[in-house]
Amino acid sequence: MAVLDILTYPDPRLKQTSSPVSSFDAPLRDFIADLEETLLAHPGCVGLAAPQAGRFERIVVLDVSGKPQVPNNGRLTLINPEIVRADGSAVGREGCLSVPDYTGNVARAEKIALKAFDSYGRECLYRMEGFEARAALHEIDHLDGLLFLDRLVSRRNALFRRKNYGLSGAAKTNPS
Amino acid sequence: MKNWFMLTLVGKDRPGIVAKVSAALYRGGANLGEASMTRLGGNFAVMLMTQYEGPPEALEKIVAPVAGGLALRLHIDPIEGELHRHVEPNVRVSVYGADRAGIVAEVTGALAEAGLNILDLESDVGGSSQRPIYIMHIEGHAEGGADKVKRIMEALTKEKNIEVQIAPIDTLLG
Ligand SMILES: [Zn+2]
Repeated sequence: MAVLDILTYPDPRLKQTSSPVSSFDAPLRDFIADLEETLLAHPGCVGLAAPQAGRFERIVVLDVSGKPQVPNNGRLTLINPEIVRADGSAVGREGCLSVPDYTGNVARAEKIALKAFDSYGRECLYRMEGFEARAALHEIDHLDGLLFLDRLVSRRNALFRRKNYGLSGAAKTNPS
Repeated sequence: MKNWFMLTLVGKDRPGIVAKVSAALYRGGANLGEASMTRLGGNFAVMLMTQYEGPPEALEKIVAPVAGGLALRLHIDPIEGELHRHVEPNVRVSVYGADRAGIVAEVTGALAEAGLNILDLESDVGGSSQRPIYIMHIEGHAEGGADKVKRIMEALTKEKNIEVQIAPIDTLLG
Protein backbone atom coordinates (compact mmCIF):
# COMPACT_ATOMS: atom_id res chain seq x y z
CA MET A 1 0.00 0.00 0.00
CA ALA A 2 1.22 3.45 -0.83
CA VAL A 3 0.03 7.02 -1.12
CA LEU A 4 0.43 7.90 -4.78
CA ASP A 5 1.64 11.21 -6.17
CA ILE A 6 -1.09 13.36 -7.70
CA LEU A 7 -0.54 14.94 -11.09
CA THR A 8 -1.43 18.62 -11.18
CA TYR A 9 -2.47 20.76 -14.11
CA PRO A 10 -0.81 21.97 -16.40
CA ASP A 11 0.60 18.44 -16.63
CA PRO A 12 -0.61 17.48 -20.14
CA ARG A 13 -1.26 13.88 -19.06
CA LEU A 14 -4.38 15.05 -17.24
CA LYS A 15 -5.89 15.93 -20.61
CA GLN A 16 -5.56 12.48 -22.13
CA THR A 17 -8.28 9.84 -22.42
CA SER A 18 -7.84 6.76 -20.26
CA SER A 19 -8.28 3.19 -21.52
CA PRO A 20 -10.84 0.68 -20.28
CA VAL A 21 -9.71 -1.93 -17.76
CA SER A 22 -9.64 -5.38 -19.32
CA SER A 23 -8.24 -7.68 -16.63
CA PHE A 24 -9.75 -7.71 -13.17
CA ASP A 25 -6.81 -9.24 -11.37
CA ALA A 26 -4.78 -8.89 -8.18
CA PRO A 27 -2.48 -6.14 -9.54
CA LEU A 28 -5.62 -4.12 -10.32
CA ARG A 29 -6.88 -4.57 -6.77
CA ASP A 30 -3.46 -3.59 -5.39
CA PHE A 31 -3.61 -0.38 -7.38
CA ILE A 32 -7.16 0.32 -6.16
CA ALA A 33 -5.97 -0.14 -2.56
CA ASP A 34 -3.26 2.45 -3.23
CA LEU A 35 -5.78 4.80 -4.82
CA GLU A 36 -8.05 4.47 -1.76
CA GLU A 37 -5.16 5.12 0.57
CA THR A 38 -4.30 8.19 -1.49
CA LEU A 39 -7.89 9.40 -1.21
CA LEU A 40 -7.81 8.97 2.58
CA ALA A 41 -4.53 10.88 2.74
CA HIS A 42 -6.33 14.00 1.50
CA PRO A 43 -8.93 15.08 4.06
CA GLY A 44 -12.10 16.48 2.52
CA CYS A 45 -11.44 14.79 -0.81
CA VAL A 46 -14.39 12.62 -1.89
CA GLY A 47 -13.10 10.98 -5.02
CA LEU A 48 -10.08 10.21 -7.13
CA ALA A 49 -9.64 8.99 -10.68
CA ALA A 50 -6.73 6.77 -11.69
CA PRO A 51 -5.27 9.27 -14.20
CA GLN A 52 -4.83 11.77 -11.35
CA ALA A 53 -2.35 9.25 -9.94
CA GLY A 54 -0.66 8.74 -13.31
CA ARG A 55 -2.42 5.50 -14.30
CA PHE A 56 -4.43 6.02 -17.45
CA GLU A 57 -7.13 3.44 -16.94
CA ARG A 58 -10.84 3.93 -16.33
CA ILE A 59 -10.88 3.53 -12.55
CA VAL A 60 -12.53 5.79 -9.98
CA VAL A 61 -12.77 5.59 -6.20
CA LEU A 62 -15.58 7.55 -4.60
CA ASP A 63 -16.79 8.08 -1.05
CA VAL A 64 -19.09 10.92 -0.02
CA SER A 65 -20.37 9.07 3.06
CA GLY A 66 -18.33 11.36 5.33
CA LYS A 67 -20.46 14.37 4.38
CA PRO A 68 -23.38 14.98 6.72
CA GLN A 69 -26.88 14.66 5.24
CA VAL A 70 -25.72 13.61 1.79
CA PRO A 71 -27.50 10.61 0.25
CA ASN A 72 -24.87 8.11 -0.86
CA ASN A 73 -23.96 4.58 -1.90
CA GLY A 74 -21.04 4.35 0.53
CA ARG A 75 -17.47 3.66 -0.53
CA LEU A 76 -17.35 2.75 -4.21
CA THR A 77 -14.91 1.53 -6.78
CA LEU A 78 -16.14 2.31 -10.27
CA ILE A 79 -14.35 0.61 -13.14
CA ASN A 80 -15.19 1.39 -16.76
CA PRO A 81 -18.12 3.54 -15.54
CA GLU A 82 -20.82 4.49 -17.97
CA ILE A 83 -23.57 7.04 -17.36
CA VAL A 84 -26.84 5.48 -18.52
CA ARG A 85 -29.16 8.23 -17.41
CA ALA A 86 -28.82 11.87 -16.36
CA ASP A 87 -31.60 14.20 -15.25
CA GLY A 88 -31.84 17.80 -14.13
CA SER A 89 -29.07 20.31 -13.73
CA ALA A 90 -27.66 22.18 -10.77
CA VAL A 91 -24.76 24.53 -10.30
CA GLY A 92 -22.32 23.71 -7.52
CA ARG A 93 -18.80 24.55 -6.52
CA GLU A 94 -15.94 22.22 -7.32
CA GLY A 95 -12.27 21.99 -6.64
CA CYS A 96 -9.77 19.29 -7.54
CA LEU A 97 -6.58 17.85 -6.08
CA SER A 98 -5.14 18.22 -9.57
CA VAL A 99 -5.99 21.95 -9.64
CA PRO A 100 -4.74 23.37 -6.33
CA ASP A 101 -5.91 26.72 -4.91
CA TYR A 102 -8.82 27.27 -7.24
CA THR A 103 -12.52 26.46 -7.08
CA GLY A 104 -15.29 27.30 -9.49
CA ASN A 105 -18.94 26.78 -10.28
CA VAL A 106 -19.93 23.92 -12.53
CA ALA A 107 -23.34 22.73 -13.79
CA ARG A 108 -23.91 19.00 -13.41
CA ALA A 109 -26.85 16.63 -13.66
CA GLU A 110 -28.80 16.34 -10.40
CA LYS A 111 -29.65 12.67 -10.72
CA ILE A 112 -27.79 9.99 -12.59
CA ALA A 113 -27.78 6.25 -13.08
CA LEU A 114 -24.48 4.64 -13.91
CA LYS A 115 -23.16 1.21 -14.70
CA ALA A 116 -19.69 0.22 -13.56
CA PHE A 117 -17.67 -2.88 -12.76
CA ASP A 118 -16.23 -3.59 -9.35
CA SER A 119 -12.67 -4.80 -8.85
CA TYR A 120 -13.74 -8.41 -9.45
CA GLY A 121 -15.37 -7.59 -12.77
CA ARG A 122 -18.96 -7.69 -11.55
CA GLU A 123 -21.25 -5.18 -13.20
CA CYS A 124 -23.29 -2.95 -10.86
CA LEU A 125 -25.92 -0.29 -11.39
CA TYR A 126 -25.95 2.76 -9.14
CA ARG A 127 -28.42 5.59 -8.74
CA MET A 128 -26.96 8.82 -7.45
CA GLU A 129 -28.18 12.31 -6.74
CA GLY A 130 -26.85 15.68 -5.69
CA PHE A 131 -23.38 15.77 -4.23
CA GLU A 132 -22.61 12.11 -4.96
CA ALA A 133 -23.74 12.46 -8.58
CA ARG A 134 -21.59 15.58 -8.91
CA ALA A 135 -18.58 13.73 -7.48
CA ALA A 136 -19.05 10.77 -9.83
CA LEU A 137 -19.39 13.05 -12.86
CA HIS A 138 -16.31 15.03 -11.84
CA GLU A 139 -14.25 11.82 -11.54
CA ILE A 140 -15.58 10.27 -14.75
CA ASP A 141 -14.59 13.49 -16.54
CA HIS A 142 -10.99 12.81 -15.49
CA LEU A 143 -11.15 9.52 -17.42
CA ASP A 144 -11.95 11.51 -20.55
CA GLY A 145 -9.22 14.09 -19.97
CA LEU A 146 -11.66 16.74 -18.75
CA LEU A 147 -11.16 18.95 -15.70
CA PHE A 148 -13.81 21.04 -13.96
CA LEU A 149 -11.99 23.98 -15.54
CA ASP A 150 -13.46 22.78 -18.86
CA ARG A 151 -16.98 23.24 -17.50
CA LEU A 152 -16.91 26.48 -15.51
CA VAL A 153 -20.02 28.64 -15.55
CA SER A 154 -20.22 32.30 -14.66
CA ARG A 155 -21.75 33.19 -11.30
CA ARG A 156 -23.59 36.01 -12.98
CA ASN A 157 -25.63 33.76 -15.23
CA ALA A 158 -26.46 31.12 -12.67
CA LEU A 159 -28.99 33.01 -10.55
CA PHE A 160 -32.27 31.16 -10.69
CA ARG A 161 -31.19 28.08 -12.55
CA ARG A 162 -29.60 26.60 -9.52
CA LYS A 163 -31.54 24.61 -7.05
CA ASN A 164 -33.87 26.80 -5.07
CA TYR A 165 -33.35 26.30 -1.36
CA GLY A 166 -35.63 29.14 -0.29
CA LEU A 167 -35.43 30.83 3.06
CA SER A 168 -37.84 28.77 5.05
CA GLY A 169 -38.16 25.19 3.91
CA ALA A 170 -41.85 25.55 3.10
CA ALA A 171 -42.32 28.98 1.56
CA LYS A 172 -40.16 28.64 -1.51
CA THR A 173 -40.25 31.46 -3.95
CA ASN A 174 -40.32 30.39 -7.52
CA PRO A 175 -39.05 33.25 -9.65
CA SER A 176 -39.49 32.90 -13.36
CA MET B 1 9.33 39.56 -1.34
CA LYS B 2 7.49 40.28 -4.52
CA ASN B 3 6.27 43.82 -5.08
CA TRP B 4 2.58 43.86 -5.75
CA PHE B 5 0.49 46.82 -6.79
CA MET B 6 -3.24 47.26 -7.26
CA LEU B 7 -3.98 49.07 -10.49
CA THR B 8 -7.35 50.70 -10.81
CA LEU B 9 -8.48 52.01 -14.17
CA VAL B 10 -11.87 53.56 -14.83
CA GLY B 11 -13.34 55.27 -17.85
CA LYS B 12 -15.90 55.22 -20.60
CA ASP B 13 -16.12 51.73 -22.08
CA ARG B 14 -14.64 51.23 -25.53
CA PRO B 15 -13.16 48.28 -27.41
CA GLY B 16 -9.55 47.30 -26.71
CA ILE B 17 -9.07 48.51 -23.14
CA VAL B 18 -7.97 45.17 -21.68
CA ALA B 19 -5.76 44.26 -24.62
CA LYS B 20 -3.97 47.63 -24.70
CA VAL B 21 -3.42 47.90 -20.95
CA SER B 22 -2.19 44.33 -20.59
CA ALA B 23 0.11 44.68 -23.60
CA ALA B 24 1.70 47.83 -22.14
CA LEU B 25 2.25 46.07 -18.81
CA TYR B 26 3.74 43.02 -20.51
CA ARG B 27 6.11 45.13 -22.60
CA GLY B 28 7.09 47.08 -19.48
CA GLY B 29 8.08 43.90 -17.64
CA ALA B 30 5.17 43.74 -15.20
CA ASN B 31 3.38 40.49 -14.33
CA LEU B 32 -0.37 40.28 -13.92
CA GLY B 33 -2.03 38.54 -10.98
CA GLU B 34 -5.71 38.24 -10.11
CA ALA B 35 -8.10 40.71 -11.69
CA SER B 36 -11.69 41.81 -11.76
CA MET B 37 -12.88 43.83 -14.72
CA THR B 38 -16.40 44.71 -15.67
CA ARG B 39 -18.63 47.13 -17.49
CA LEU B 40 -20.70 49.22 -15.10
CA GLY B 41 -23.21 51.69 -16.46
CA GLY B 42 -21.32 52.21 -19.72
CA ASN B 43 -18.00 52.59 -17.92
CA PHE B 44 -15.29 50.01 -17.76
CA ALA B 45 -13.66 49.37 -14.39
CA VAL B 46 -10.44 47.43 -13.98
CA MET B 47 -8.93 46.19 -10.73
CA LEU B 48 -5.71 44.41 -11.45
CA MET B 49 -3.03 42.90 -9.23
CA THR B 50 0.31 43.68 -10.85
CA GLN B 51 3.74 42.54 -9.85
CA TYR B 52 6.54 44.90 -10.73
CA GLU B 53 10.12 45.07 -9.50
CA GLY B 54 10.38 48.82 -9.26
CA PRO B 55 8.89 51.90 -7.66
CA PRO B 56 5.26 52.88 -8.30
CA GLU B 57 6.43 55.91 -10.29
CA ALA B 58 8.15 53.65 -12.81
CA LEU B 59 5.06 51.46 -13.09
CA GLU B 60 2.95 54.55 -13.62
CA LYS B 61 5.21 55.58 -16.53
CA ILE B 62 4.46 52.24 -18.17
CA VAL B 63 0.66 52.47 -17.84
CA ALA B 64 -0.05 56.21 -17.96
CA PRO B 65 0.44 56.70 -21.74
CA VAL B 66 -1.96 53.91 -22.68
CA ALA B 67 -4.43 54.91 -19.96
CA GLY B 68 -4.35 58.49 -21.20
CA GLY B 69 -4.89 57.37 -24.78
CA LEU B 70 -8.00 55.47 -23.69
CA ALA B 71 -9.22 58.31 -21.43
CA LEU B 72 -8.98 56.09 -18.37
CA ARG B 73 -8.28 57.40 -14.89
CA LEU B 74 -5.40 55.48 -13.37
CA HIS B 75 -4.65 54.76 -9.74
CA ILE B 76 -1.72 52.72 -8.42
CA ASP B 77 -1.45 51.44 -4.85
CA PRO B 78 1.38 49.37 -3.44
CA ILE B 79 -0.32 46.44 -1.67
CA GLU B 80 0.71 43.68 0.65
CA GLY B 81 -1.08 41.17 -1.55
CA GLU B 82 0.11 37.75 -2.50
CA LEU B 83 -1.27 35.10 -4.79
CA HIS B 84 -2.61 31.81 -3.40
CA ARG B 85 -4.52 33.47 -0.61
CA HIS B 86 -7.98 32.38 -1.59
CA VAL B 87 -10.60 32.06 1.11
CA GLU B 88 -13.23 29.50 0.20
CA PRO B 89 -16.80 30.83 0.32
CA ASN B 90 -19.30 28.65 2.16
CA VAL B 91 -22.47 30.72 1.70
CA ARG B 92 -24.13 32.04 -1.43
CA VAL B 93 -26.70 34.81 -1.21
CA SER B 94 -28.95 35.90 -4.06
CA VAL B 95 -31.17 38.93 -3.62
CA TYR B 96 -33.66 40.63 -5.84
CA GLY B 97 -36.43 43.14 -5.43
CA ALA B 98 -37.82 46.45 -6.58
CA ASP B 99 -34.92 48.89 -6.63
CA ARG B 100 -35.13 51.54 -3.95
CA ALA B 101 -32.86 53.55 -1.70
CA GLY B 102 -31.23 51.57 1.07
CA ILE B 103 -31.69 48.06 -0.26
CA VAL B 104 -27.95 47.30 -0.39
CA ALA B 105 -27.30 48.81 3.03
CA GLU B 106 -30.12 46.80 4.59
CA VAL B 107 -29.09 43.50 3.08
CA THR B 108 -25.35 43.85 3.61
CA GLY B 109 -25.92 45.25 7.10
CA ALA B 110 -27.90 42.15 8.04
CA LEU B 111 -25.28 39.92 6.45
CA ALA B 112 -22.52 41.62 8.44
CA GLU B 113 -24.56 41.10 11.60
CA ALA B 114 -24.85 37.43 10.65
CA GLY B 115 -21.06 37.25 10.51
CA LEU B 116 -20.79 36.91 6.75
CA ASN B 117 -17.52 38.11 5.29
CA ILE B 118 -18.25 39.10 1.68
CA LEU B 119 -15.66 37.69 -0.72
CA ASP B 120 -17.43 38.57 -3.93
CA LEU B 121 -20.39 40.79 -4.76
CA GLU B 122 -21.96 41.49 -8.11
CA SER B 123 -25.08 43.51 -8.59
CA ASP B 124 -27.14 44.76 -11.46
CA VAL B 125 -30.12 47.00 -11.99
CA GLY B 126 -32.55 45.52 -14.46
CA GLY B 127 -36.22 46.02 -15.27
CA SER B 128 -37.25 49.29 -16.87
CA SER B 129 -36.39 52.84 -15.87
CA GLN B 130 -39.95 53.24 -14.53
CA ARG B 131 -39.83 49.98 -12.60
CA PRO B 132 -36.20 49.13 -11.90
CA ILE B 133 -35.29 45.91 -10.14
CA TYR B 134 -32.15 45.26 -8.17
CA ILE B 135 -30.35 41.93 -8.42
CA MET B 136 -27.37 40.99 -6.29
CA HIS B 137 -25.15 37.93 -5.92
CA ILE B 138 -22.88 37.48 -2.98
CA GLU B 139 -20.44 34.76 -2.10
CA GLY B 140 -18.95 34.86 1.34
CA HIS B 141 -17.67 33.02 4.32
CA ALA B 142 -19.56 32.78 7.61
CA GLU B 143 -18.23 30.94 10.63
CA GLY B 144 -21.66 29.56 11.47
CA GLY B 145 -22.39 28.56 7.87
CA ALA B 146 -25.54 29.18 5.84
CA ASP B 147 -28.06 28.23 8.56
CA LYS B 148 -27.13 31.07 10.86
CA VAL B 149 -27.19 33.56 7.99
CA LYS B 150 -30.63 32.25 6.97
CA ARG B 151 -32.11 32.78 10.42
CA ILE B 152 -30.94 36.37 10.60
CA MET B 153 -32.02 37.18 7.05
CA GLU B 154 -35.47 35.68 7.44
CA ALA B 155 -36.69 38.61 9.51
CA LEU B 156 -35.40 41.11 6.97
CA THR B 157 -37.17 39.57 3.99
CA LYS B 158 -40.49 39.48 5.81
CA GLU B 159 -40.22 43.15 6.67
CA LYS B 160 -38.73 44.55 3.51
CA ASN B 161 -40.45 42.80 0.65
CA ILE B 162 -37.31 41.55 -1.02
CA GLU B 163 -36.50 38.05 -2.14
CA VAL B 164 -33.43 36.52 -0.58
CA GLN B 165 -32.11 33.05 -1.25
CA ILE B 166 -29.35 31.70 0.92
CA ALA B 167 -27.66 28.44 0.08
CA PRO B 168 -24.65 26.67 1.49
CA ILE B 169 -21.69 26.32 -0.85
CA ASP B 170 -20.51 22.80 -0.25
CA THR B 171 -17.38 22.65 -2.35
CA LEU B 172 -16.63 19.27 -3.82
CA LEU B 173 -13.00 18.24 -3.78
CA GLY B 174 -12.24 15.42 -6.16
ZN1 LIG C 1 -10.63 16.25 -9.87
